[in-house]
Amino acid sequence: MSNWTEIAKLEDIPRLGSRVLTTDTMNIALFRTATDEVFAIRDECPHKQGPLSQGIVHGTSVTCPLHNWKIDLASGEALGPDEGCTNTFETKIEDGRVFLALAAANEAAA
Amino acid sequence: MKEQLVLVGNGMAGVRTLEELLKIAPDKYDITVFGAEPYGNYNRIMLSPVLAGEKTIDDIMLNDEQWYLDNGITLHKGKSVAEIDRINKKVVAEDGTAARYDRLLLATGSNPFMIPVPGKDKDGVIAFRDIHDVDTMLQASKHHKKAVVIGGGLLGLEAANGLMKQGMDVTVVHLLDSLMERQLDKPASALLKASLEERGMNFLMEAATEEIIGNGHAQGVRFKDGTEVKADLVVMGVGIIPNTELAKKSGLHCERGIVVNDVMQTFDPAIYAVGECAQHRGIAYGLVAPLFEQGKVAANQLASLGYACYQGSVTSTRLKVTGIDLFSAGDFNESEDDEVMILQDPASGTYKKLVINNDRIKGAVLYGDTMDGTWYFQLMRENTGIADFRNTILFGQHDLGDAGHGDETRIMALSDDAEICGCNGVCKGDIVSAISKHGLFTLEDVRAQTKASSSCGSCTGLVEALLSCTVGEGYDASPNKKGMCKCTDYSHDEVITAIKQNELKTIPAVHDFLEWKSADGCAACRPALNYYLLAYWPGEYKDDAQSRFINERAHGNIQKDGTYSVIPRIFGGETSAEQLMALGRIAEKWNVPTVKFTGGQRIDMLGLKKDELPGIWGDLAEAGFVSGHAYGKALRTVKTCVGSEWCRFGTQDSTSLGIELEKITWGSWMPHKYKLAVSGCPRNCAEATIKDFGVVCVDSGYELHVGGNGGIKVRVTDLLCKVETGEQVFEYVGAFTQLYREEAHYLERTAPWVERVSLSYIKKRLLEDAAGRKALNERFLYSQQFSQIDPWKERAEGIEAHEFTPLKITG
Repeated sequence: MSNWTEIAKLEDIPRLGSRVLTTDTMNIALFRTATDEVFAIRDECPHKQGPLSQGIVHGTSVTCPLHNWKIDLASGEALGPDEGCTNTFETKIEDGRVFLALAAANEAAA
Repeated sequence: MKEQLVLVGNGMAGVRTLEELLKIAPDKYDITVFGAEPYGNYNRIMLSPVLAGEKTIDDIMLNDEQWYLDNGITLHKGKSVAEIDRINKKVVAEDGTAARYDRLLLATGSNPFMIPVPGKDKDGVIAFRDIHDVDTMLQASKHHKKAVVIGGGLLGLEAANGLMKQGMDVTVVHLLDSLMERQLDKPASALLKASLEERGMNFLMEAATEEIIGNGHAQGVRFKDGTEVKADLVVMGVGIIPNTELAKKSGLHCERGIVVNDVMQTFDPAIYAVGECAQHRGIAYGLVAPLFEQGKVAANQLASLGYACYQGSVTSTRLKVTGIDLFSAGDFNESEDDEVMILQDPASGTYKKLVINNDRIKGAVLYGDTMDGTWYFQLMRENTGIADFRNTILFGQHDLGDAGHGDETRIMALSDDAEICGCNGVCKGDIVSAISKHGLFTLEDVRAQTKASSSCGSCTGLVEALLSCTVGEGYDASPNKKGMCKCTDYSHDEVITAIKQNELKTIPAVHDFLEWKSADGCAACRPALNYYLLAYWPGEYKDDAQSRFINERAHGNIQKDGTYSVIPRIFGGETSAEQLMALGRIAEKWNVPTVKFTGGQRIDMLGLKKDELPGIWGDLAEAGFVSGHAYGKALRTVKTCVGSEWCRFGTQDSTSLGIELEKITWGSWMPHKYKLAVSGCPRNCAEATIKDFGVVCVDSGYELHVGGNGGIKVRVTDLLCKVETGEQVFEYVGAFTQLYREEAHYLERTAPWVERVSLSYIKKRLLEDAAGRKALNERFLYSQQFSQIDPWKERAEGIEAHEFTPLKITG
């Protein structure tokens, strides 16, 4: 079940950058790529819980600022040789507004 | 319709070329491969360990059949090509299989040289070249006792060692009076022979084979002097000759090998050749590293990029015999004009010889302790002047003021569970098995596969040594240059030059101009480009926040729990009661969990949440503090002692000088962190001689020291010069700093930079060229006008607010 919640305007997120969404249960990192795709993943590196939102975005991956793990934004999975995975959430963009499937986020936290 | 590419020869050189090609132009060709052997591509240089029973065939497969499938490559294995029809552009195999080509790549390798003596075709006489030969030898070792290996070179000795390990009684027959004469000088050769004899290997030196005797099956070898030796197995390990048969038959110009130009093209422009079959500038290489470089060039040409060019290789050799450390490179037999340095310690079995000409290394032979082979080889390839450290060069790199790893550098003596990479906890065994299992050849490969050496980099030398010991001569230490990262083949220097010469002023402009391989670079190259652009176009380039590592983007040092530390600048480390009270009040107001003094005489407030940063910065700004840049690749601190104002030994006012220096230099971005210190007398309480730039005051003036650092590898500074006035100190600091900013590679501290470009070079620029020094200092001061804007105050006032404000769900 999707439960689309508007969370930001696309322009609020810097291109090749990110914003952090704080919720009651966790922080979610929203990334905007060079081609204006937006990805949402739990703001915790599977390695040592580093805040992925603070990493450098390139292509559709982000490099964790703590120990340089590379995480795929679409799947939440660490790219070789590291192994691990963090939650991802669906997003959509309509008229320059960014929506997040929040029900799924709540489930992931539960 | 895609173009057709046909590869003849399914070996390491050809397939490596395909791999390189697929990386840069995955969709350009339909690819067909013909291989005479009935296998996928395996690591031929690992046949010795297979023979010695240390590895299995499976361990050394590089590309299994699935790889060809995955990449849409048609593989015709076990089919040798009989003919190239150059007019109709097609190749035909012996069984009639044909394939048309637009481009043809020949990588037919080489054949073992069988010395033309009677009996060479008898059963039990073989070469040492492929899996089949290894199988034959392994079988023979089960049923027979005595083996003779003809050839005391690299190939022959590795075969002999393997057979001995399999339990055979082995005699090596060599035509000359010393082993491995193409790689070793006589003393090293004698050490090698002694240690192989100790292991039970027999030698017949200066023995010319006349005939292999026996009825149908080999039973022995007879020599020209009439003596005989018994043998059930005779292995010819005398050398290889390029396999040019097919090329010759097709009318391609061949000499010793298939003649190619600097882009690996044969005399037929549609046909390229790489590997052992190719002859470039008169040389046909028989080692693996050059083949890989050739593969890179050929792939670049096949992809129609057309900028890569092969200029020949400098090669080095290691013998793959477990327990024997031996390294050789270049011209190790001196001629009249050369100088020779030798270190010989019979007790420890160590022998090191360097051949020097005009302060450059021409050749090296190491026996027993080969740890520094990689380093000498690098100095040789990069043609680095050694004048500055001639007197210690034989003792190795760890003698260059580097606390390093001491005896731990005897890498092959380490046990498998010895930790090599302390950051990521990677042991020797992990690295060695990853190298064999995944067929790794470069440092980058090892980093990607194991993470070793990918964090602080202090173990890079150890990893490189492991790599070169494990893969022997296959270790791909490219002679010319290293690409900046996986996104480009261009080196740091090439990128810097392109930025300057072509006035590239944005990251996308650099990406376009240099044909970056990935759309927006990676976490390694983006910060580097951002720095270079900032350093070359001060006032013009607009800093790209998203290409900054988080510490520099958020102007604080990220901690393990995601909080940040705040270190305000305290010029020269001299503070006051008023400043300390202000800091105390601020720390209390923001409930700072930990307040600590740093190594650089500053006060660190740890544990602040990111959204608190602008607030505390605002309070600090109000109390007169600016950012300490303790988080950046930037001027960090100028450390001082109390100097002549108070100290009974002080010769000059070091504190005031340090404060002044920090006022001039603060805010500047650097290739790496950059620290200064001023000591008031030679007792050096400010530890100026382990700083990037250190000033030691003496009675008659100031000693200026450069290129030191604490940290991973402690390096003591080199004395640059002595000056008389404070004004001169400022000029030299500005000039040195700017030279480093303009010419060092991103993330290269002054210590390795000074070693790379040499102290003589820096002296030439700063001491011999007074006008140049002044110009450097002026460029530094010019760029400083754009740097000395306090990033904290700006952010406290609201710029980049999105960086510090989380999104919240409203409603």
